[in-house]
Amino acid sequence: MPGKVDWLAHNLPVEGERPDAPIAGRVMRDDAVLCRPTDRIADVHESIERSPYPFALITSDDRTLLGRAPSSALDPASDRPVWDVAKPGPKTFRPHVSADKVARVLAEKGLRWAIVTTPEGRVLGVASREDLVRAGDPV
Amino acid sequence: MATRIWLEQLQELIDRGAQVVEVLPEDDYAPAHLPGAVNLPLRELDERHAAVLDRTRPVVVYCWDSL
Repeated sequence: MPGKVDWLAHNLPVEGERPDAPIAGRVMRDDAVLCRPTDRIADVHESIERSPYPFALITSDDRTLLGRAPSSALDPASDRPVWDVAKPGPKTFRPHVSADKVARVLAEKGLRWAIVTTPEGRVLGVASREDLVRAGDPV
Repeated sequence: MATRIWLEQLQELIDRGAQVVEVLPEDDYAPAHLPGAVNLPLRELDERHAAVLDRTRPVVVYCWDSL
């Protein structure tokens, strides 16, 4: 059942002493390339070239995350579906987790980007480790 | 009568004048809580504390993982 954690995880507005606390949901950006599993690799590659990220997120129609497609795995001339080269089940974070904690986990795992999703797995955005560290947590 | 609801129904209830109550401890409530929510920690909840609520309006009670 949903509760406060889900409210926060959906990045809905809150009140309180620290409503603007640096959490992943407030650091993330919603400008990553989203694609469907059946999209052509060449098309996805082209979209990534115009984006600030070296990957695309493969989702279902309701933005549920299925996998990640790194640009390094995409042949710009390939007509195959992007799912053929997908990395399924990438690590994700909920938006209510502190920026500090997410940055720490990324550093431990050698990752540069945090994919932020709802508890149901729907993509909310992407936060860079640099932005998470910069946002920090003063407490 | 108590009924479990989903997030979508919460806004509808608030729009209809529902009162929102967080029953978590003050330490959990203070940093961030749902807009307009009052704090009635479960451990302290009794008739006296509950008297702040308007009995004629719906009440939505929530904790960390339930509405």
